[in-house]
Amino acid sequence: MLAASAVYTTRCSLNKSPAWTETLKECSKLLALHHSRCGESRLHAVYKKYSKVENGGVLLWFHQPMKSENESKVSEKAREMARYDRAITVFSPDGHLFQVEYALEAVRKGNAAVGVRGTDTVVLAVEKKSTPKLQDSRSARKIVSLDNHVALACAGLKADARVLINKARIECQSHRLTLEDPVTVEYITRYIAGLQQKYTQSGGVRPFGLSTLIVGFDPYSRIPSLYQTDPSGTFSAWKANATGRNSNSIREFLEKNFKETSSQETVKLAIRALLEVVESGGKNIEVAVMTREESGLRQLEEAEIDTIVAEIEAEKAAAEAAKKGPQKDT
Amino acid sequence: MECVFGLVGNGFAIVAADTSAVHSILVHKNNEDKIMVLDSHKLIAASGEPGDRVQFTEYVQKNVSLYQFRNGIPLTTAAAANFTRGELATALRKNPYSVNILMAGYDKEAGASLYYIDYIATLHKVDKGAFGYGSYFSLSTMDRHYRSDMSVEEAIELVDKCILEIRSRLVIAPPNFVIKIVDKDGAREHAWRQSVQDVTTASV
Repeated sequence: MLAASAVYTTRCSLNKSPAWTETLKECSKLLALHHSRCGESRLHAVYKKYSKVENGGVLLWFHQPMKSENESKVSEKAREMARYDRAITVFSPDGHLFQVEYALEAVRKGNAAVGVRGTDTVVLAVEKKSTPKLQDSRSARKIVSLDNHVALACAGLKADARVLINKARIECQSHRLTLEDPVTVEYITRYIAGLQQKYTQSGGVRPFGLSTLIVGFDPYSRIPSLYQTDPSGTFSAWKANATGRNSNSIREFLEKNFKETSSQETVKLAIRALLEVVESGGKNIEVAVMTREESGLRQLEEAEIDTIVAEIEAEKAAAEAAKKGPQKDT
Repeated sequence: MECVFGLVGNGFAIVAADTSAVHSILVHKNNEDKIMVLDSHKLIAASGEPGDRVQFTEYVQKNVSLYQFRNGIPLTTAAAANFTRGELATALRKNPYSVNILMAGYDKEAGASLYYIDYIATLHKVDKGAFGYGSYFSLSTMDRHYRSDMSVEEAIELVDKCILEIRSRLVIAPPNFVIKIVDKDGAREHAWRQSVQDVTTASV
């Protein structure tokens, strides 16, 4: 009875027809009532879990305009969530733009990406999920050049990234054409962040589901910079940062271990940070370096990365041994 | 009065252009570089309306750069020449650019090449080409002395012959020329031929 009425109730809310027989309607009315009241129940964790997008936002369906047969009291909170997370241009009463927050969720699911700024070098390192055997890995580059002196790595929806990167590249050339000068890193970051913000304030569009890490050297002054943007359109400059999967752990590691570095040390720091959350090995990491002297972005070969990873492992092992060594003597 | 000409040699292409910036009877400057480096292995030598010349060649240069960033590889000389012609053609029946272009480039597969693109979007792949009043003299001289597969020295000799002819026979001949070359090692300035230099300091 319960199972059958559950099916019937669902079919009603999905507006499928024919619904079912009359006898089940009573039971299903009760089900609907309890379902819609669950926001007020004590089982908050369960409610939260099933409101999340991964679980189909199942709990939220029930608060759509229902057929008159299933009319029942709906809790305030649930109604809010339903009304305010559909359209991007609508604030919720407690000041959230739900679509933007969901976009940030998408970012949190993306590949881990790390950026580190040194005194004369900037490094981007991105996690590479295992490439399928038949795929040409060169076509799936995660770190791209926007101009000779600016590079970008991102976490989140890769298709959205393509669009944003394309627009940024056009802006870099357009800036060179109209102002006879290459862009500064801050300018192009502001431009990308501006684009991301625009899509949080228009009707009928959704935000870009990605956060970017932008590195480069300003023309003439050759000062290195690292910036981060996110789906809400905010941006800020960083000495080192991470985004994507497990970015919090990487950031903690960077906060603990960051110091001003140059050239190879900067590369090592970035790789060490990424190795906190990624399986060790050259084929799981993509690294690109830009230095003050050379122009252009240099993508490191797998062999090079493997050497550096080996160095890092050796240093770690030596540190472990040093820690254990003195203890053994006493 | 603007003289631009060029030719293809053995694994290289060479272009020469005059360097006077003129407005009716006034010469603004004698060292205006009219040969733009499009990318590592391409040159555009342009003549015509000064505003259009700069605007159009810079526009082409930025689009060639954009292509390289988007696609990870540079455009071939033929592709760049066809793109340029296309832009001229699109603008032709709206607000045309008054620019004549000789595009010289080096590709690994195609070798050195020279493209003649005039202001009404004519495109020809040529071994030697020229624009302006000077073309009457330089084209004839090149027709007489040009051979395919000339060495750089021989080509420079021919270019100098053309410059001499222009200087001696053209009524208002430009005094200075710049010569640029493109080969497998890239596009670069080769030499200047100056008979009048801008005075920079007053003699005491």
